[in-house]
Parts: sequence; structure tokens; C-alpha cells
Amino acid sequence: MTAVDEAITRVHREEWARVVASLTRRFGDLDLAEEMAAEAFAVAVERWPTDGVPPNPGAWITTTANRRAIDRLRRESRRDDKQQEAQMLHDDSPPERLGVIDDDRLRLIFTCCHPSLAMEARVALTLRMVGGLTVPEIARAFLVQETTMGQRITRAKGKIKAAKIPYRVPSSEDLPARVSGVLAVLFLIFNEGYLTSDPEKEAVRSDLTLEAIRLTRLVYALLPADGEVAGLLALMLLTEARRAARVSASGELVTLDDQDRGAWDAALIAEGHVLVRERLTAVATGQGPPGRYQILAAINAVHTSARDVRDTDWSQVVALYDQLVRIDPSPIVALNRAVAVAELDGPDVALAEVDRLDLDGYHAYHATRADLLRRLGRSAEARTAYGRAIELAGNTAEVAYLSRRRDQLGNR
Amino acid sequence: MAKYMMSVFGPAERTEYGSYSSEEEMTQAHADTGAFNERLMDEGHWVFANGLGPASTATVVDGQGAEPVLTDGPYLESKEYIGGFWIIDAPDLDVALKLAAEASKACRGKVEVRPFDGE
Repeated sequence: MTAVDEAITRVHREEWARVVASLTRRFGDLDLAEEMAAEAFAVAVERWPTDGVPPNPGAWITTTANRRAIDRLRRESRRDDKQQEAQMLHDDSPPERLGVIDDDRLRLIFTCCHPSLAMEARVALTLRMVGGLTVPEIARAFLVQETTMGQRITRAKGKIKAAKIPYRVPSSEDLPARVSGVLAVLFLIFNEGYLTSDPEKEAVRSDLTLEAIRLTRLVYALLPADGEVAGLLALMLLTEARRAARVSASGELVTLDDQDRGAWDAALIAEGHVLVRERLTAVATGQGPPGRYQILAAINAVHTSARDVRDTDWSQVVALYDQLVRIDPSPIVALNRAVAVAELDGPDVALAEVDRLDLDGYHAYHATRADLLRRLGRSAEARTAYGRAIELAGNTAEVAYLSRRRDQLGNR
Repeated sequence: MAKYMMSVFGPAERTEYGSYSSEEEMTQAHADTGAFNERLMDEGHWVFANGLGPASTATVVDGQGAEPVLTDGPYLESKEYIGGFWIIDAPDLDVALKLAAEASKACRGKVEVRPFDGE
């Protein structure tokens, strides 16, 4: 890659969302904004190698995109009368709540993650408009046809325009629910990379986890006072930190207790720990109770603080899960809590809790039961449970791990 | 301002209490919907609203051929049909969705919000 190519890639990564967001605000048209931003980068690819990289590349892209948009609108002058009407709605009143930075990118994020759009449309739109990924890249990431992904994005843009989904930061009253909607989109992107559900894809895809982290960093920069945003960022960092240790050279999932903790990324862990400590202080000084992402981040902070699995503070982990159960009494949380209970009170206590859960269609339920039964010496039952888990698991690395575990059971 | 249609869906079979389970519920739903309608008028959202007769009273007309073809019953066979609708004025979808949530609570049914074309 030449220096100019690198500059273009860097500017694209740093400036894409800002360019699309400001054009959308100025022209009230998401489609036009996306197209002109892409055109401006195409012009840069053509000109920068001969003209050199401009001193302020971001401003150059914005100016170029703006000019092209104006030219386009002039050419289609019949649009002029209609343009006023077709504009997306935005209001210029500053957001009411402290800690919200008024930035067009925030409007763009809230529009792309609007609750009236289907989840898969929100994911695709966010990756395209905010993340700057191309349609073929997004299609590849989710293993769907390019035309299908293109239609999904076009349809979502069409609904935003026709149904008048507004281009603004929600009111303080609606903000918590809308932020949690945005975080759900980011977490879904991260999880798709972290533990892909598709057996035909690689077990861990860092392109998606890193993109999710990059987008969450952006949301954190824009909403620094929101504890759940900080919590989700910390959770992603502490999870990503263990990526290199999570899958073995032979492509098998490595569970937390077997991971090479020396291979964990110390810088990401340190960054995640700082965020978790900040949230603990905020909660201790009365800034409201922590939400699910903050609690999950704290659990991951406990794990990543132990140099050896035997040093893990399991009572702390169980206490955090107790807190999580209070705000999310779902059986999946109870299942994860039981895994920690097994370490604190023994596998028999944990198994009794697991057996009460109605999660027969969930692979992790059977994988957890299998492990507990194995530790209790109930090999025949463990083998059956591993079998069910293997049937239900979609991730290749997980299937490899579960199969080895099952095959290691003695034949009695 | 944009115009949206808010359609209410209810069961195909109606009892003596319409699509409600008891007389009490029906009376309360009518009162709540009435209060909601007044609010729509006070706040300038109101365009039109009314309830529809049961789906079994519908007739489908296809006038595209030489002679119109009439079919007894609603256009699509379904378990639930539109039981009534509002047409409202709202500045954007967020406002329309909030009104729809209140409409749904008042009339005790699911509400589909759909923008009119070319506003």
C-alpha cells in the first residue's frame, strides 16, 4: 500500500460518518449523502496520487461531496421545489441532557438504529452509513447475496424517507430507550464476529468485532456520560482482549479456564478496566444503578484480573450475576450464573439450578449440563448432553471443542 | 406535516361486545378511545377516524374486466381484520408512533402505522 492509499484508507475510516452525517443534515437526504460521500472518496482515489494528499483531507472530502451534491441538485432542478418538502426533519435545538454532544453523527446513528426498522436493516444501515463499509463487504460479513443486502439497505432508506423517520437526537425522555436500541445493534455486530452462528464461516471474525468496537468508541465519544455505553465498550474490549486465546491452532474453542492468559491483550484489558472502574465510581457516587452491559463488563473485569483461573474471585462473579438476574430474570442469565455457582458451591448445586431452566433448544444449556455431569462423574448422561449441544451449536470451533470433550469420556 | 393512517386490527369473529371480551371492557375502550380522539382534535392531529363493520360485511369488487366481478367477504382471508382506523397529521414518525401507542392502549388492539404516499 502506498502512502497515498494509506491516507485515503485512514481518512475514509475517520471521516466517512462525519461526511455522510453533515451532508444528510444539509440536504435532508440520506441517499444523496451516501452517494456523494462515496463519489468524493472516488475523486480522492483518482486525484491524490498526482495532486498529493491535501493538508486537511477531511475538509477536502466534505467540500468535494458538498459541491457534487449541489451540482446534482442543480442538474435535477425540478427537484428544487420538491426538495424543501422531501427534506428529512431535523431540529436545531441542542439535546437537553447533559453529556450528549451535539454532533450530526449522533443523529445519523439514531436514525439508522430507529426502532421502526427491522433489526437486520438497522445493522446493515449502521455498518453502511456510519461504519462506511461497502455493500459487498456487509453482504460478505453476513453471508447473504450482495443484491439482497443492497435491497435491504435501499428498502430501509426508502422507509426513512417515506415514513419521515426524523434526523435528530431523541428527547431526554426517549433517550435511554433509544440508546439501548443503538447498543443492541452494536452488540449484535460484535457477537456475530465473536461467536458466529454460521457453520460455514470462521469461528471468530475480527473484522466484525473490531468494527463494532470502532463504532462503540464513536458512540462513547458522543455520549460520554451514558454508563451503559461505557459498559458496552468495556465489555467488548475485555472480550476482544481474549480473542487470540479463544481458538486453538487446530481451530477448537478454548474455554476460559484453559486459555493461555499470557496471550490476552494487556492494553485492551487495561483500557477496559479503566472504564469499569469509572463506572464503579459513578455508581458508588449515586449516578443510578448499573445496567446489564456495565454488570457484564464488571464480570469480565473480574475474569481478566485473575492471572490464573484459580485466582478468580468467584463469589464476586456470582454476586454480579445476582445483580444481573434482578434486572434481567431470563433463563440465559440464570444459566451463566450457574456456571459461576459451580466454581463457588460445586457442580451438584449448579446442576440443580440448571435443570430447573427451560432452555432445551439452546446449545449452551446442553454444553453447560454436559460439563457439570462430566465433573460429577455421570458420564453416560454427559455424553447425551454433549450430543445435544453438538447438534444445536452452529460455531465450528465450539463443535470441535464439544466433540473432543464427548470423545474423552470413558466408555462405561 | 405528514399524514399517517393508523389501522386497528381485531378478531374476525365478533361477539355481542364487538371485539371485546366483556361489556365492561367495551364501555371502557369506547370511553378511552373517545378521550384519545378529543386529544387528537385539541392538539391538531385529527383528520378522520371511525370503526368499521365486521369483515363478513365486506364485498370485493374487481372492475377491471368488462363486467365488475363481486366477491363476498374481505380481500384477504385472515384471522384478524382491520376493525377501524384513524388518519392523523403528525410532523414525523416519532410523533405518529407515540400517538399509535396511545391509540392501541385506548382501543385495546394492535395498530399499524403507515404513511400516505407523496406527502
